[in-house]
Amino acid sequence: MGTATAFERPRFIAGTKFFSYSFLILLSAFCVFPFYILLVNSTRMHAEIIKGFSAIPGSSFLQNLKGLLGDQNIPVIRALANSVFISTCCAALTTYFSSMTAYGIYMYRFKVRSFAYNFIIVVMMVPTQVAALGFIRMIIEAKLLDTFWPLIIPAIASPVVFFFMLQYMQSVLPFEIVESARIDGANEFYTFNRIVMPILSPAIAVQAIFSFVGNWNNYFLPALLLNSKNRKTIPVLIAQLRSADYLKFDYGKVYMMICIAIVPLLLIYLILSRYIIRGVTMGSVKG
Amino acid sequence: MAKTRKRSISYSRWGYFFLAPFFIVYLLCALIPLLSTFYNSFFENYRVGLTQVGPTYVGLSNFVKIFTESHVDVYALNTIILWVLNFIPQILVSLLLAVWFSSSSMNLKGQQFFKTVIYMPNLIMASAFAMLFFALFSDGGPINSILMNAKIASDPIRFLSRTDWTRALICMMNFMMWFGNTTILLMSGIMGIDTSLFEAARIDGASSTQTFIKITMPLLLPIFAFVLVTSMIGGIQMFDVPQILTNGNGSPDRTSMTLIMFLNKHLASRNFGLAGAVSVLIFFVTGALSLTLYRIMMSRYSLKSSTN
Repeated sequence: MGTATAFERPRFIAGTKFFSYSFLILLSAFCVFPFYILLVNSTRMHAEIIKGFSAIPGSSFLQNLKGLLGDQNIPVIRALANSVFISTCCAALTTYFSSMTAYGIYMYRFKVRSFAYNFIIVVMMVPTQVAALGFIRMIIEAKLLDTFWPLIIPAIASPVVFFFMLQYMQSVLPFEIVESARIDGANEFYTFNRIVMPILSPAIAVQAIFSFVGNWNNYFLPALLLNSKNRKTIPVLIAQLRSADYLKFDYGKVYMMICIAIVPLLLIYLILSRYIIRGVTMGSVKG
Repeated sequence: MAKTRKRSISYSRWGYFFLAPFFIVYLLCALIPLLSTFYNSFFENYRVGLTQVGPTYVGLSNFVKIFTESHVDVYALNTIILWVLNFIPQILVSLLLAVWFSSSSMNLKGQQFFKTVIYMPNLIMASAFAMLFFALFSDGGPINSILMNAKIASDPIRFLSRTDWTRALICMMNFMMWFGNTTILLMSGIMGIDTSLFEAARIDGASSTQTFIKITMPLLLPIFAFVLVTSMIGGIQMFDVPQILTNGNGSPDRTSMTLIMFLNKHLASRNFGLAGAVSVLIFFVTGALSLTLYRIMMSRYSLKSSTN
């Protein structure tokens, strides 16, 4: 693994080490800096923020929060609830049905099996934005505009999650377990729900997190489909804030709004970062 | 034997049951909409105020229109510029970090911490991140305040009124959001290389630069290509960051307007003809890139099976 050994060129290694630590610390500071300003400014009043930047936090955090929550034009609580609801539904549906699809391909040898597999692999790279036009027209026809259905139902068919689940299945699920369940007389669907799903739970957890985050952050389709005030999700609200007359805005509220969009997920990330980082390489490229 | 075969035949029908939800939903929510998008690209169909124009079949004129009247070529070029200027520093920094993280002679401490920090921006809501940058780099924002306090600038820099700065900010955000991810992918690639190769190079007296050029890079090439092509496909879809940063205008003077921003504009105004034509264009570009990716991945799989 090593590219040069310590005892051959100790001074060179020490120099490189010093350089790499400095570089890494700088890079980390660069990543954290914008979020530091965000947190500091969310604790300062509008008047203080306008005056200029100060690295020391203020004392108006609660005041900004109250101001934002009390703003009739920005239904934050409602948007939070909508975002949580949509993201949770998508995470649940996408993991369950992708596992189901992967199990169908993995376990059974039916006529169109290889066609089905190749089809899913081919469509994996089609960007959702490309079909958005037809999708939106269909949603208008079906009178489902401004509802959550068109944001939730498509999660059932996710080629990427399917591919991850299939790869995981191939590495952990022996046919014998299913065979023995069959001998015990278990129904196939029952076997899948009660025996296969628990085995898949580590991969399901990782994919559920990624799906939740992806839907939480999703802006393109919700912005085109949701338009009434009480239906908006957090990213749509952020966009609304951006298009409002910025000069008339209370900066304390703006920073607080960004905080609400970012901080909950950041906390979850810090708790689960080990699993999330491990999950990045799962399936995509196996080293 | 006969018994098992019979059993497997009776079970195999369950495959349809397990695949049904995926295919029904995919057909309804993706395939039919995709075909309908193609179909719509041949029709003139838009609104002016309250009057609806079309739908009338116009053949390929929407495709001609997006190039002659809407300057899609300019937006495509913007997208390419924004992608390239973020990808070059991204791949260089990621490669450096991946080599450092996986080097046993460097034996860097606190790797988990650094990885956690550099991957973090990837999970941040892109629209909120762009809104944050908009606030930070506004004329009276914190960055200008810091620059002026440090006497680096005497007047506030109008970051978002200047093409170079706006593009630089978009690239910076994309860089921050993706270099951690790329580092982790490249690192897993380097970790996957047979350690005995590095050992052999060491015994032969190869320098670290030689080892990198002659061993690490060639064996990393498939993953490198994977990162390149997936990043390109992601680059074509660039939307949230420039959309929120410039309020959908691609300001100044549409120099930061991307392809998907253009698509979004026509979808929002219900100009389905032009939106369809752009969608078809994006579909074919992505398709060509995906095909390249597929070839690379296939050669990687066959490589894997031959070495095992």
